[in-house]
Amino acid sequence: MSSAAAVEALNTTPYRYGFVTDIETEKIAKGLDESVVRLISAKKQEPDFLLQFRLKAYAQWQLMEEPDWAALKYPAIDYQDIVYYSAPRQKEQKASLEDVDPALLETFDKLGIPLSEQKRLSNVAVDAVFDSVSIATTYKQKLAEHGVVFCSMGEAVKDYPELVERYLGSVVPIGDNFFAALNSAVFSDGSFVYVPKEVQCPMELSTYFRINSDDAGQFERTLIVAEEGSSVSYLEGCTAPMFDTNQLHAAVVELVALDDASIKYSTVQNWYAGDENGKGGIYNFVTKRGLCKGRRSRISWTQVETGSAITWKYPGCVLRGQDSIGEFYSVALTNHYQQADTGTKMVHVGPGSRSTIISKGISSGHSVNSYRGLVNIGPQARGARNFSQCDSMLIGDQAAANTHPYIQSRQPEATVEHEASTCHISEDQLFYLQSRGIESEAAVSMLVSGFCRDVFNQLPMEFAAEADKLLALKLEGSVG
Amino acid sequence: MPACEPSPVQTGDVLLSIENLHAHVEGNEILRGVSLRIRAGEIHALMGRNGSGKSTLSKVIAGHPAYTVTAGAIHYRGQDLLALSPEDRARAGVFLGFQYPVEIPGVSNLEFLRVSCNARRQHRGQEELDTFAFEDHVRDTMAIVQMNPAFLERSVNEGFSGGEKKRNEILQMALLEPLVAILDETDSGLDIDALRIVANGVKTLTLPTTATLLITHYQRLLDAITPDFVHVMAEGRILRTGDKDLAMALEQRGYDWIDGADTPQP
Ligand SMILES: Nc1ncnc2c1ncn2[C@@H]1O[C@H](COP(=O)(O)OP(=O)(O)OP(=O)(O)O)[C@@H](O)[C@H]1O
Ligand SMILES: [Mg+2]
Repeated sequence: MSSAAAVEALNTTPYRYGFVTDIETEKIAKGLDESVVRLISAKKQEPDFLLQFRLKAYAQWQLMEEPDWAALKYPAIDYQDIVYYSAPRQKEQKASLEDVDPALLETFDKLGIPLSEQKRLSNVAVDAVFDSVSIATTYKQKLAEHGVVFCSMGEAVKDYPELVERYLGSVVPIGDNFFAALNSAVFSDGSFVYVPKEVQCPMELSTYFRINSDDAGQFERTLIVAEEGSSVSYLEGCTAPMFDTNQLHAAVVELVALDDASIKYSTVQNWYAGDENGKGGIYNFVTKRGLCKGRRSRISWTQVETGSAITWKYPGCVLRGQDSIGEFYSVALTNHYQQADTGTKMVHVGPGSRSTIISKGISSGHSVNSYRGLVNIGPQARGARNFSQCDSMLIGDQAAANTHPYIQSRQPEATVEHEASTCHISEDQLFYLQSRGIESEAAVSMLVSGFCRDVFNQLPMEFAAEADKLLALKLEGSVG
Repeated sequence: MPACEPSPVQTGDVLLSIENLHAHVEGNEILRGVSLRIRAGEIHALMGRNGSGKSTLSKVIAGHPAYTVTAGAIHYRGQDLLALSPEDRARAGVFLGFQYPVEIPGVSNLEFLRVSCNARRQHRGQEELDTFAFEDHVRDTMAIVQMNPAFLERSVNEGFSGGEKKRNEILQMALLEPLVAILDETDSGLDIDALRIVANGVKTLTLPTTATLLITHYQRLLDAITPDFVHVMAEGRILRTGDKDLAMALEQRGYDWIDGADTPQP
């Protein structure tokens, strides 16, 4: 098969997570106004500070405009046509897994995320979020023995209100951007992680987000705080059913690392991307930011973005601490009519702060894949250093790749290096593999994962192979 | 495509039969009527000036998509080879050792060799080798070309020296156990010891039931592996066929006397 035929094969990608769970849900009516914000807060029995946080965010959001600077084209989103709260009906207190609806457990089983004691993943603690709420969190007890808190945001608000009040909105302010403001007003659930001083979290933490409903938005909120000298590695995964309508996902993730703390945050994003004609799929507008607050603190983002019809996402680091380190490793694969505008923001405030950006974009079909990155070096950031490398690979001749690096430096003693490349998938490499008996689709995915190797190497071991498989799956087509 | 090999090959069976092959690339006709017949148990040498079309012929046999066949046919064990995809040709036992093996950054050589070896095994109805079994197998096989197992940990050909790339090609040949092996200037760029090692490797892999087409510019290789036939290619055709003495004459006198650009010497 020629590379053109291989590309043709790419255009019939199966999506294996497209099923819908038939479950009774409690949904509020579509639409958004102040009463909806109050209703969400009341349903969650939140303390007043959180209601005030939401109301303030809602007020700001109303004054804001949806951003239009990204290289994304999509019909206007009707924010009144979205359900802002949807939860599977179940017993109020889920004291143990036995109380969780079997249909939900089965759903996560099917997604490869078994939650029950016998089947759960070893050495990975999982918080499973279904539409607006967290269903279950595994290994809570074992983590508690180390003083690590890993629970849903809803539980955190009840059990650790002072921590939530202190850190929520401290990295991504309420009015940071349109989508962050919306999330701050209506966020439903998400994960909360707190790692005390000098504790090395004994296992991988992971949140699995599942969108099930066709008209509910998902607005989760994640907060991770790593105290001095602590470390944690966290992974999020996401899938959604195949609907021919679009669902909005507008999450906010905030990370805080104090002196000598390190947070590694990895994402394997496999939301539904829409069909081969661009119908359906998730609109993913996400704000993720880490604050390297302490000296020598380190925050590392690794993302493998394969799903979503629209991706708008710039996980960044504010490097406030002296000698702090920010890293961004990204693979973004787009196919069919997917559009991705993704990259990072590295804001160097502290002296001696360093950042590394490695971005690999793969575009095939009619997709558009843009890297957008900002490196900002402030006046105090003496000796700051950044290295950026952005590589794009095109498959076929209908896809587009763009690179928009923005570099702002107000510090003459800083070093900023940027490298970029764009290539087509090489016919000679493809032929070499085929001439060794490797089938063209397998050869394409081998070349693509080779292209992404530097990023995959950053993923926690348990997930590197999974990312590889996911890419292969995305590139898989009908044989023959 | 058959799921496994047809009946076993007997010495003397025609493995590869090329008839009046014409092929062009980007509008340029490069092959202009190549005919060649290769039987099991034979070693053929293909020589000829730079640019005469030797590599083109080898890539057309392997199925490179950049070349279009405009006339003629290639049969492999009686089957229409041109109808098969490059991967199916390889699985069926046609191997091309490249003149310029490409580098594939990020793809582990070990994994590449394993997937490739298993593709061929599957075709032959042999069980696939898992990671552990393959690692043992490949280490044993590497001994044939005296290659250091450290090369398994690296990306395919990336940063390999010219000679190391050629040894990696022979390693692939050893793993795929082809019936027809075309080795395009595998001897170029090899040091004296490496040439001997590679030549011995090729000899080990050549059986009465397989055939080899050696594309070379040098007598050195043919001293180590005696060809049954020597062909000289010029302007996309096979101009002359002889035995090993023809190669020797070429070594001494060059190509001019053969292609008529110069008057033949008495
Ligand atoms: N893509 C192409 N476009 C135009 N001409 C090409 C192309 N590819 C190969 N050729 C030409 O085809 C001719 C044959 O090339 P080929 O590589 O087959 O030669 P060769 O006999 O293997 O030479 P060498 O001994 O130098 O390896 C050369 O003149 C070459 O320039
Ligand atoms: Mg050549």
